[in-house]
Amino acid sequence: MKDFYRYLPHTPEEVQEMLQEIGLERMEDLFRMIPQKYRLTTPLNLPPPLSEINLIRSLESLQPPPYTSFLGGGAYHHFIPSIVFHLTSRSEFYTAYTPYQPEISQGTLQAIFEFQTLMCQLTGMEVSNASMYDGASSLAEAVLMAYRITKKRKILLSEAVNPEYRKVIQTYIDPEQHELILIPYLKEEGRTDLRSLFHLLDHEVSAVVLQSPNFFGVIEDLSGISERVHREGALMIVGFSEALAYGVLQPPGAFGADIVAGEGQSLGIPLSYGGPYLGIFTTREKFIRNMPGRLVGETIDLEGRRGFVLTLATREQHIRRERATSNICTNEGLCALMATIFLSCLGGEGLRELSLMNLSKAEYAKRLASESRNCRIPFSSPTFNEFVLELEGDVEGVLEKLRMERILGGLPLARFYPELKNHLLVTVTEMNRIEEIEKWAELLGKVIGQRG
Amino acid sequence: MDDSMRRIEDTGLIQNEPLIFEKGKKGRRGCSLPEWEVDEVNPGALIPSHLLRKELEGFPQLSEVEVVRHFTRLSQWNYGVDSGLYPLGSCTMKYNPKVNEEVARLPGFSKLHPYTPEELCQGILKVMFELETFLAEITGMDRVTLQPAAGAQGELTGLMMIRACLRDRGEKRTKVLVPDTAHGTNCSSSTLASFQMVGIKSNERGILSAKQVEEQMNEEVAALMVTNPNTLGLFEEELGEISEIVHQRGGFVYCDGANLNALMGIVKLGDLGVDVVQLNLHKTFSTPHGGGGPGAGPVAVKRDLAPFLPIPIIEREGERYRLNWDSPKTIGKMKAFYGNVGVVLKAYAYILSMGGEGLKRVSELAVLNANYLMKKLKDYYYLPYDRPCMHECVFTDRYQERYHVTTLDIAKRLIDYGFHPPTIYFPLVVKGALMIEPAETESKEELDRFIETMILIAKEAEENPDLLLQAPQRVKVRRLDEVLAARKPRLKWNPDDRVENIKPEC
Amino acid sequence: MKFPEDLLYSETHEWVREEGDRITLGITDYAQKELRDIVYVELPEIGAEFKKGDSIGVVESVKTVTDVFTPVSGRVIKRNEELKDHPEYINTDPYGKGWIIQMEIRQKEELKELLTAQAYQGLLPEEE
Repeated sequence: MKDFYRYLPHTPEEVQEMLQEIGLERMEDLFRMIPQKYRLTTPLNLPPPLSEINLIRSLESLQPPPYTSFLGGGAYHHFIPSIVFHLTSRSEFYTAYTPYQPEISQGTLQAIFEFQTLMCQLTGMEVSNASMYDGASSLAEAVLMAYRITKKRKILLSEAVNPEYRKVIQTYIDPEQHELILIPYLKEEGRTDLRSLFHLLDHEVSAVVLQSPNFFGVIEDLSGISERVHREGALMIVGFSEALAYGVLQPPGAFGADIVAGEGQSLGIPLSYGGPYLGIFTTREKFIRNMPGRLVGETIDLEGRRGFVLTLATREQHIRRERATSNICTNEGLCALMATIFLSCLGGEGLRELSLMNLSKAEYAKRLASESRNCRIPFSSPTFNEFVLELEGDVEGVLEKLRMERILGGLPLARFYPELKNHLLVTVTEMNRIEEIEKWAELLGKVIGQRG
Repeated sequence: MDDSMRRIEDTGLIQNEPLIFEKGKKGRRGCSLPEWEVDEVNPGALIPSHLLRKELEGFPQLSEVEVVRHFTRLSQWNYGVDSGLYPLGSCTMKYNPKVNEEVARLPGFSKLHPYTPEELCQGILKVMFELETFLAEITGMDRVTLQPAAGAQGELTGLMMIRACLRDRGEKRTKVLVPDTAHGTNCSSSTLASFQMVGIKSNERGILSAKQVEEQMNEEVAALMVTNPNTLGLFEEELGEISEIVHQRGGFVYCDGANLNALMGIVKLGDLGVDVVQLNLHKTFSTPHGGGGPGAGPVAVKRDLAPFLPIPIIEREGERYRLNWDSPKTIGKMKAFYGNVGVVLKAYAYILSMGGEGLKRVSELAVLNANYLMKKLKDYYYLPYDRPCMHECVFTDRYQERYHVTTLDIAKRLIDYGFHPPTIYFPLVVKGALMIEPAETESKEELDRFIETMILIAKEAEENPDLLLQAPQRVKVRRLDEVLAARKPRLKWNPDDRVENIKPEC
Repeated sequence: MKFPEDLLYSETHEWVREEGDRITLGITDYAQKELRDIVYVELPEIGAEFKKGDSIGVVESVKTVTDVFTPVSGRVIKRNEELKDHPEYINTDPYGKGWIIQMEIRQKEELKELLTAQAYQGLLPEEE
């Protein structure tokens, strides 16, 4: 018997019995309504089935060896406590569907309610949804929501917003309906040029989109922006890709943001080569009915006990169909659960300490690198756990040398910003040990020195 | 419910568990952080004080064991596929193989940063490239993107590609034909892609007729968006002919592939003239639903649409794999990175475990299970389209109406008997729908148990409808006040105002 | 179900009370019963102009959304602000506290196309 029958319980006798019950002779009779000319006569051209152990072996062999990494830029290597994996591996959580039947989904529903509460606290906002696909699509949905509310076509988008997110926003909007205008960044400081922003801002703008910390790791000064944005009848949207920053930094809600949309991968979710991640989406109470995504609300049951349900579903595709606020259905529920468990074990104090540790280690790396005579910190603004480094000489060559020492030294920025040739985005988290940071800095100095 | 039941509820193994914010003590912490190693910086010395966080109030303060108990208890209030039959129609709640979870978690994949240089990612790129090839083979299409995060995002991707192709050809087509049996996402995805949705009626046999399409298909229509098998569980028998009409008049055929579980190795959608199809890896290809994601919604297309695929495109050059970012006509990107790779790995592992022969068996048994169930239940529940079905069948509450019992009550009574209810009140074309998809991984005994229960419930509806109206009783909470939740939304924890103290207004 | 004789009705289940050159508009007892518990009402802006047949707002129950259409053209002069906090008024008192908007109308002849209580009731499916 083939191994795949472990997932298919029918014995040949049962199959016959069931066919007989339906009044058929052979399995293929089940498909008699499909016109003969379309029915496949040859088997699918796929590899022959593997046993469990050979499946594991073949996939194990495809893994790369571990490297020390200074990569970030929207995906971060952070410590994940064991319990996050253990608890999310409870199959009552991960083999359940979207909680349409609240009486037997209270676990998922209560956890999402806790998630929504935590996200409001983290971002300083009033309401959160149950999650979006990732930071980029969440930010794109925020832009669409601002358009629904204001009905205005211009979008002002900072050039310091993660370029992958910008690309997704560009894909999501229809150029025939919207106009996307980039706000430049200050070349000496690495933050959004607010004078340009205010210059571009007029009453045709639906949203101003900023990110903090921005793609360069720079902390934007968000104060005094929302007032002017609101005066023109536009919404202020703040994106983020490093959620841990808000353990130290004032959250966007405190600066009058209308929508905060970003990436929660740092909160206990593995890197997994780019996904699945966690789109976070929070906003003001007055915008609830324009929000995309699922919402869980608190209510009572027939006997007056507290319980949780999916609510305000009339915004969603399965009810409002072509007039829904979004087409999102399946979101990233299990990733939201990971973030909830992660923040539950960290608590406020742990979050602050972890956040500070990131800041401190990145500062240490920044100092070492800036002491090297061939490296320069081009942007003067404060940063969180990543910073831009300008090298003297060819970045790719330097990175290759570092790779020979099993170090991924940073992300070259020229691909996203042609003017930033020889610039590297360096990310340092709590996972980078001090000897790794020192070795990285030492090699950087040595390699460039050799070449120069 | 009598009082003894209520007491069991409070003391038994259905634990009462407060919100995480209502537990713990100030000063507790449930995690171990890495050693400091460097000196702690004073953020005030680096960052202007008005940009620094003032407080972190309201976060939980718990030990590790408290966190573990909290979420373990929560999990016990949930029902998953591992708990039992989960016959949600159009959701394909099949068993999620455990070995797939193991391979997705291998550290070489789970710790891989998306910006890792290509030469170090050859393994994962091979997995992705091969999965694309497998999905193209299963659907009979030419190219595949794995980027979309879920079925709905796949739909949007496919429609955007159609829009881009039409604009590239200089054609102004603004409408999409969507049948009355369609998933709600089809309608909202059309709007999101700037198309105007136009409804098209299915015929008396529950499927689309070529004649109807012929009438509505004109030069304003960009695409027909069809689900096959459709949400009544019926095969779109005229799809081949319909595709020819759509193509002749310059349109595209989009197929929602949510129900592919009925067709693998039996028929290829590409052969039926489909130009674009999105696949739900969390349905057909056994990856778990996670209580609402993450899923994955790859999109497969015919050659004409390939230039519009999202970037990057995974390519093979000899023995090497690379990400190609240079695609002038691409629609752009749907996600920050390359898709839900953790989910992609599980689907890849599933296909490698099953092979072509196994996948065909899957579809056969899925269809067998649904037809068996339909045959056994049709004397007890009204079957609006009494014809052979594919992987799911749709009943209604018409026979029960006379006892003032509805689909919702039947669904809730199933919970008392330990089953997850089917999809209810969908598709919208039948009133009071009960849409049942058993999936191939259910044994005959399990189906028989479900059938017996459904027959028993039909009897109860007749003899003692109160049992249904009061259901469910053997659960953590009974029916919830959804009206209260919608009128006075309470979407986060509020320590000063307990929901139990709110008086419903009418 | 009640259908006051002094009101006019539309085929889309709205009622209209004529008061000189203005009208008050709401949804009928039948409509509120079909929708069940109303949880939210989306009202138009004061001053908004509508043509006959336009949707002036939306009424939501837990699992359905319905447009409210105006059977006559006009300009919104008042809206029932109380519905924001008490959408249930539409259920409990559809012709009284559950009114939705008041409009100033210009083409009074449009009212002639509306139905009497009796004609409207004739359109409704028979009660089971």
